[in-house]
Amino acid sequence: MTGMNIVIAGVGGQGMTGMNIVIAGVGGQGILLAGRVIAEAALAEGFDVKQSEAHGMAQRGGSVVSHVRFGEEVFSPVIEPECCDLLIGFEPVEALRNIHFLKKDGNLVCNTRKTGSLAALAASKERPLDVEKILYSRLPDALLLDGTSLAAEAGDPRAINLVLLGAAARLLPIPCSRLEAVIKKSFSGNTLKINLKAFKMGRNFKK
Amino acid sequence: MKKEILSGNEAIARGFVDAGGRFAASYPGTPGTEALEELCRFPGIHAEWSINEKAALEAAVGASLSGIRSMASMKHVGVNAAADPLMTASYVGVNAGLVLMAADDPGMFSSQNEQDTRHFARMAKIPCIEPSDSQEAMDFTRLALELSEQFDTPVILRTTTRISHSRSVVTFFSREKKVTKEKRVMQINIPKYVMLPAYARERHKVIEKRLQKLEKWAEKASINQIIQGDGGPRPVYRQPVDRLGIIASGVSFQYARAAFPDARILKLGMTWPLPEQMIREFADSVEKLAIVEELDPFIEDAVRAMGVRVDFGKNVLPLTGELTPGMVFGAISGRRENESKTPVAGIPDRPPNLCPGCSHRGLFVVLSKLKTFVSGDIGCYTLGALEPFSAIHSVLCMGASVTMAHGISTGLKLRGIKRKPVAVIGDSTFLHSGITGLINLAYNGGDAIVVIMNNDTTGMTGGQEHPGTGRDARREKAPRVDIMGLCRACGLRVREIDAYDIGSLEAIFLEEMAARGPVVLVSNQPCALRYRLAKGPLEIDAEKCTGCLKCLKAGCIGLKTASEGGRKYVSVDKLMCSGCGICARLCKADAFMEARA
Repeated sequence: MTGMNIVIAGVGGQGMTGMNIVIAGVGGQGILLAGRVIAEAALAEGFDVKQSEAHGMAQRGGSVVSHVRFGEEVFSPVIEPECCDLLIGFEPVEALRNIHFLKKDGNLVCNTRKTGSLAALAASKERPLDVEKILYSRLPDALLLDGTSLAAEAGDPRAINLVLLGAAARLLPIPCSRLEAVIKKSFSGNTLKINLKAFKMGRNFKK
Repeated sequence: MKKEILSGNEAIARGFVDAGGRFAASYPGTPGTEALEELCRFPGIHAEWSINEKAALEAAVGASLSGIRSMASMKHVGVNAAADPLMTASYVGVNAGLVLMAADDPGMFSSQNEQDTRHFARMAKIPCIEPSDSQEAMDFTRLALELSEQFDTPVILRTTTRISHSRSVVTFFSREKKVTKEKRVMQINIPKYVMLPAYARERHKVIEKRLQKLEKWAEKASINQIIQGDGGPRPVYRQPVDRLGIIASGVSFQYARAAFPDARILKLGMTWPLPEQMIREFADSVEKLAIVEELDPFIEDAVRAMGVRVDFGKNVLPLTGELTPGMVFGAISGRRENESKTPVAGIPDRPPNLCPGCSHRGLFVVLSKLKTFVSGDIGCYTLGALEPFSAIHSVLCMGASVTMAHGISTGLKLRGIKRKPVAVIGDSTFLHSGITGLINLAYNGGDAIVVIMNNDTTGMTGGQEHPGTGRDARREKAPRVDIMGLCRACGLRVREIDAYDIGSLEAIFLEEMAARGPVVLVSNQPCALRYRLAKGPLEIDAEKCTGCLKCLKAGCIGLKTASEGGRKYVSVDKLMCSGCGICARLCKADAFMEARA
C-alpha cells in the first residue's frame, strides 16, 4: 500500500482509529439501514461520520453500495479503492464486485446466498462463478455465512441485514451495546424482537 | 448542542424550517426528492408535490410575493421544465426569500443527462450557492433565503448526488430562534411584477446592477474562504506539487481536501457570481493553481476569462461523471497509482429491473413481440428498454413519449408507411407533461397508441403521491384526477387494459394496430412495491418443466435456472415471487402452480 492512500483515506487521528466500511448487495436487502445503524453508533461513540448512499433507479433489484466512514475528521463521503477496512457483502457476487475497495489487510464479512440477476439468467449456459472459492482464495480469513438461513431462523429472511451487522460487529471499534441501542431506537414490536435475535445470531456466528 | 446524522436533502429541509420557511413545492426526482419528503414531517409548512417543476417554481414565486419564505426543489432536469418562470423570476425578484434547490446528478445514477445547473444561475443572473456537506446544506439554506431578501433575487441552492444523498453530522446550535421580520403582504407594484416589455427593460437594468452588488458581497462573504491545509492529523507524504492552490466548491472541495491535505484551498460557497478580486489574490499567493470541479469548467472558464493562469483544470480532469479524491490526486500530481485498482473482471452486471409483481412486465412482454417503434418516458417503465424486453426505443424527457409518437406517426404517414407507433408513459409523468402532448396529438391528427401505465404512484422515486392518487404530499385525502376521463376530454378513444393478462393484451394491440385513429390504453394496476401487493408465490413442477426457458422472457429475478443430471429446468425463488402469474402465462408446459405452504 502506498502512502498516498493513507492520506486519501483521510480518516482518523492517532487518538481515534476510524474505519472505512463498504456495504454491498442488491436493492431491497436493507443495506441502507445497516449503514445507518453503524453510522449512528459511531456518532454516539464520538466519531465524525460520513456516509454515501445510492437511491432511486439503483434500488430496483440492481447493485447497491453504501459507504460508511468514521474517524476524527472525515472529508470525502466516498471510499477510495484499496482504502476500505471492512467489506460487508450482503450477496457474494456483489462482494466480489467491490473487493477492489478492500485494503490488503482488510476484512470481509459476507452472505453466501446468491441473489439471482437477469444477467446471470441470460448467462445460465455458462458455468456459474464459484464466488465463495474466489473470495476465500483472495481472503482466507473472510467470514462467510449463510445469513439468509440465519435470518429465517431468527423469524424473517429479510432480517439478513441484522445478521450481517451482528457478524461484522466483532470487527468494529464500537461496543455492541451501542449498535443494539440504535436498533432498539429504529424498530418496535415483533420486528424489533426478530431483528435483535438476528443481530445476536450474527454476533454468535462461528466459522 | 444536539448532533444528528442527516442527508444533504434532509439538512436542507431542516435549514428551511429553521429559517422560517413556510411554502415548499417540488416534483419528485432523484437525487432531490427527500427535501420535500422531510418537510412533510413539519406542521405549519405548506409542502406540496406540484404537478411539475414549472408549477412548483411559479407557486413558490407567488408564495414569496405573498410574504412567506418559499422553496421549490427539484432534480437538475426539472430546472429545464422550470426554466421559463426562472428566467423572468430573476427580473421580478422576490418579496420574502425564494430558493430554488436543484440537485445535479454527475455520474447519472438515476438521470437521463448530467447537465450542470450552475449555467442556469449565470443565465438567469442570480446567485448560486453550493454546500459541501450536510452542515452547510442546512446553514446555506438559511443564508440563501437571507441573501434572496437582501438582494431581491431568487437564489439557486445547488447540490449534487454526493451532497444530497451523503449523510454527515449536523450540529444544531441552540441559537435564538431568529425571528424573521414578517414581510409585508404583496403590494401592487406593476412595474416590478408585470413583465411587459417596457417594464422588463427597466428591470433588466436593475438585475445587472444587482449582479454587480452581489459580486461585491461575494468578495467579503464568509462562505468564500481560504483554508490552509496542515496535512491533517497524519501527514504521511510530502505534497508532490509545491505551493499548490486549489479552487473548489461542493463535494469537489471535500475531494480536494482529502487528496491534498497540505494544499491551500479557496473554497467557494457561492459559485455565481464569483469573487474576482479574491480569486486573483489567491492565484497570486500560490505557485500552481488547480480548479477542481465536476462536470463543466464553470469556475475555470470564468477564472481564465479573468486572465488568471490555471495550471490544472479540465486539461487533466474529466468533463464527464463524478470525481473521486484518487482521480483528483492522480490528475494533479501526475501519479496514477489508483488507476490499476479496478474491479475483478468477468462479473455479470446487475442492472436495475422491474420488481417481481410489476404490471409493466406484462406490457413489455407483449410490446417485445410487436414490430413497431415504442417511444418511452421517464419512470420505472424506462427499464423496458433493457433485456429481455428491448421494448422501449426512445427516451428523451418527461412527457416526450406522447409528443414523439405524434411526430413519428405523422412522419410515417407522410412517407406512406402504415405502421402505428406506441407511446408508453406512467401516471405521474402523464400528469407532469404527458397531458399537454396528448392534447397536441389529438388536436393535430397524430395516430398512435398511447399507453398510460397508471400504477397509482410516482414509482421510480420511491412512491410519492400525485394528483391522480387522491392523496396529497402528506398522504391526506385530496381531489383525484380521473385519468381516463381526462383523456376522453381530449376527444380521444380510451380503453382500459389489464397488463397481467398478456393474451388479451396482445389481441388488443393487434386490433388497435390495424384500427384507424389514435387510442389511449390505460392500465390501472397499482404499483406492486408501493402497495406491497403479493399473492402467494408460485412454484414449478420440475417434472413438467421442459427447460424451454420461455418463462424467462418475463425478465423476472424471481425465476432461477438449475440443472440436474444434465437436464435444465426453471425454479421459483419463493422469497422473491409475488405470484403475479405473468411467467406462468408464458409457460407452454403448464408447469407453474401455486406454491404449497
